[in-house]
Amino acid sequence: MVSNKGFTAAFAAALLTSGCAALNPPPKPAPPVAINEDPYPSTYARYPGVPTVIRHATVLDGDGRQINDGTLVFADGAIQAVGGPELPSPAGAQEIDGTGKFVTPGIIDVHSHLGDYPSPGVSANSDGNEATSPARPEVWAEHSVWPQDPGFSRALVNGGVTTLQILPGSANLFGGRSVVLKNVPARTAQGMKFPGAPYGLKMACGENPKRVYGSKGNMPQTRMGNIALTRQTWIKAQAYKRKWDKYEAKGGDMPERDLAMDTLKGVLEGKILIHNHCYRADEMANMIDMSKEFGYHITAFHHAVEAYKVADLLRDNDICAVMWADWYGFKMESYDAIKENIPFVHNAGACAMVHSDDPNGIQRLNQEVAKALADGIRAGIPNLSEAVAWEWLSRNPAKALGILDKTGTLSPGKMADVVMWNGDPFSDYTRPERVWIDGALMYDANDPKRRPVSDFELGQPGEGDVK
Amino acid sequence: MTIRATDRHPGLDPGSSFLFSSHWKKIWIPAFAGMTIMWGSPLAAETFAISGGTVALGDGSEPVPNGMVVIRDGRIVAAGSIRMKLPAGTRVIDATGKWVSPGIVAGFSRLGLAEVDLSAEGADDTTADGPFNAALDVTPAINPRDSTIAVNRADGVTRALVAPNAGKNIFAGQGAVIDTGSDMEPITAARKFQYVELGEAGSQKGGGSRASAHVLFRNALREAAELSRYASPLAASRRATPDERERPVVRNPNESRIYGADARRSDDVLLTRFDAAALVPVLQGRQYLLVHAERGSDILQVIALKRDFPSLKLVLVGASEGWTVAEQIARSGVPVIASAVNDLPASFEQLAATQSNVGRMRAAGVKVSIGMVDDSDTRNLFNERQYAGNLVALQRIPGATGVSWGEALAMITSRPAEAIGMGGELGSLAAGRRADLVIWSGDPLEVSSAAEQVFIDGVSQPLDTHQTRLRDRYRYLPRRELPEAYRH
Repeated sequence: MVSNKGFTAAFAAALLTSGCAALNPPPKPAPPVAINEDPYPSTYARYPGVPTVIRHATVLDGDGRQINDGTLVFADGAIQAVGGPELPSPAGAQEIDGTGKFVTPGIIDVHSHLGDYPSPGVSANSDGNEATSPARPEVWAEHSVWPQDPGFSRALVNGGVTTLQILPGSANLFGGRSVVLKNVPARTAQGMKFPGAPYGLKMACGENPKRVYGSKGNMPQTRMGNIALTRQTWIKAQAYKRKWDKYEAKGGDMPERDLAMDTLKGVLEGKILIHNHCYRADEMANMIDMSKEFGYHITAFHHAVEAYKVADLLRDNDICAVMWADWYGFKMESYDAIKENIPFVHNAGACAMVHSDDPNGIQRLNQEVAKALADGIRAGIPNLSEAVAWEWLSRNPAKALGILDKTGTLSPGKMADVVMWNGDPFSDYTRPERVWIDGALMYDANDPKRRPVSDFELGQPGEGDVK
Repeated sequence: MTIRATDRHPGLDPGSSFLFSSHWKKIWIPAFAGMTIMWGSPLAAETFAISGGTVALGDGSEPVPNGMVVIRDGRIVAAGSIRMKLPAGTRVIDATGKWVSPGIVAGFSRLGLAEVDLSAEGADDTTADGPFNAALDVTPAINPRDSTIAVNRADGVTRALVAPNAGKNIFAGQGAVIDTGSDMEPITAARKFQYVELGEAGSQKGGGSRASAHVLFRNALREAAELSRYASPLAASRRATPDERERPVVRNPNESRIYGADARRSDDVLLTRFDAAALVPVLQGRQYLLVHAERGSDILQVIALKRDFPSLKLVLVGASEGWTVAEQIARSGVPVIASAVNDLPASFEQLAATQSNVGRMRAAGVKVSIGMVDDSDTRNLFNERQYAGNLVALQRIPGATGVSWGEALAMITSRPAEAIGMGGELGSLAAGRRADLVIWSGDPLEVSSAAEQVFIDGVSQPLDTHQTRLRDRYRYLPRRELPEAYRH
């Protein structure tokens, strides 16, 4: 059978080339070649855990709810139940007394450069910006991620960060694809890749692209140059997509593949999420119009320092704002920062969250949210609480990463990405005591063996220290 | 309590509201006769008290509930668990439910030097790349109207050590102590210290290796020593004779200037005459020398300088690996202004970085305070209280070394002042100190607490900033009869 089919195809092809097609029914075009959309697949597999019950803790479930004397049950890598003291324990479960402790979903940082700008910050390891052309959607951050960056461990043990998105830098208008990682040490980036998380595309507005290229006498040199070049690139992407749509529908000669355009096509198809570095309110408005012009959706504006000025616009367009608590003035586009940015955006009904963009800040995102919460309450924003503010640390980041169905809140069935804090995590005096990822205990403050040490740090002064 | 009548006595305009009165004038006269700065006589005298709050003195002690602070003429009269009979009519601020502490002293900063850090021409005076280095004096670069000063004042930072950033040379120049008051006289002490890079940055700026940086350093002090041989024992008042003015060096660091070009020097000099002259007070121990070093071996090399230059008044800055050589630092008596919470091997000079660094050095007997030795040094000094709080948190982490609450507060108030010999003036609520204090909504080491009233030299400060004005403008977004630009 197989050889017959092969013969038939070869025979048909021979007829075509001999010009006798009219004597035969027109041959069907070759079926389109399917492009592998996941050529560097996740090899992450959760580590073993034991069925666990934490009792008598203050639970912030990430969905706006606080449960005093709360109980959390997880087993087989997943949340089983969350509730009050009445919850039963599964047979053989490990019981943890959470008296005086807080239990929360693991923190998710949507904006990190760990691995692509690792420690030590030497040029040999600086792999975050492919600053050779302002449009580089063809690069993928995961191909820069050095899994031995010691920063991952600090984010885990001091920050309670269980998931993070690694983005390319912002030198380029199109910086490249992001990757979402589980904060679990591995030998390869694939070993950290969050299974099933969609890709993101880093875009950038404003000062950085025009400074990087304008200083070399190249386009873009201005904000209007930024916009023009970005639009030109989308026009190419639309044409590319049309070609491929036609090919996929009707077959024929396979169009030439272009890695850059593959990514942009993925955006236009809604498969790849846009993470747009954009500080200023007026530029966010321009980018929103651009997204409508070309038919894609912006998932989140990052470093959205002026989000509070257009919080209504963000809400109406279902765009998240990714913000710092108090960074300001380090460049002109951060000059109008206010400390109430996160609560103001939240109050307007838009999706607000904190981010670090920093290997030190990622260790204290809970404290950054504590600042924003306190400033929001002082400014008279109603209905704010610690339970609500935790949405800025895990629920909304999970939404922006397209993984809210998998993690980000303590809902039954979701991944057991859990932090037990040794007190109220909105206090400077509180640290993670234990961190579980997919139900596996990855950090225990009381057990030096449950603390990751990167390859880089082995044999160095301070190896295995508490950090 | 004795109030020293010759010190700075800010008064209050009795006609204005106490909270926002900042129109008084400070007068200062550059003194050529041995005093750092001589302040004018008081314009007015006022006694007031803050009562009922939890009072933290900033001297390392733990806070006391229901305490009191008495201020007279811009100085602390008494503070703590005290009850004083106050003169009739004394104004008493009720701080019940609040916390009272000294204002935060930023132990290391570039505050007031940059309004914006990047791509904003004219807004950044942190780094010079001209012909001079050690002679640079940061004072003229400080702009008390920088919004960074207002933002930090509004968060309880009242004083700062301000260092220039090293340009092309290991010597960055002379730093100052400033206040963050809402007035045009920010300088508390000019030319208080020289700042030099002797770690990785020193290697880069000093010829490409640490060996080169150290020989540059030693040569600079050799040139200063040569020049100092021609210095008069003590120069020179403002009525100095022309002859005295010709002397190349004066003895006071605040007047470390060369007046003439006739002093003899060797042929093989690298420094300009002006730079060499500026290092004479360093060499003679009349001006502090702040040395940035992070690596354990670099720190030991800095301490070893005392063998060859015993008069140096060294202060280590950074010292991320200080804990690995803590006993040697403690024996040397050299104070350290450290980064509080950096725990990453961010560079090869910080491989052993840990947040326990400060606690371990302190436990070994090192005099430690906290500074902002990173790229937030121009503007995020308000984070020092967060970092201090984080050091308190370490007390409950097995294997870590934290510090007590009282010591953590001292590390951002009195300890940095003590490191440069100003502990008798600044940083605590002890009698006689400048009345820099903050009434907080709660525990000042918690980020959720806010500064509600800030006093500098006893003068209540405005707390509004560019940021608070924007907050108020955009609190409500719905369209009104006029654009947002009309809301002010």
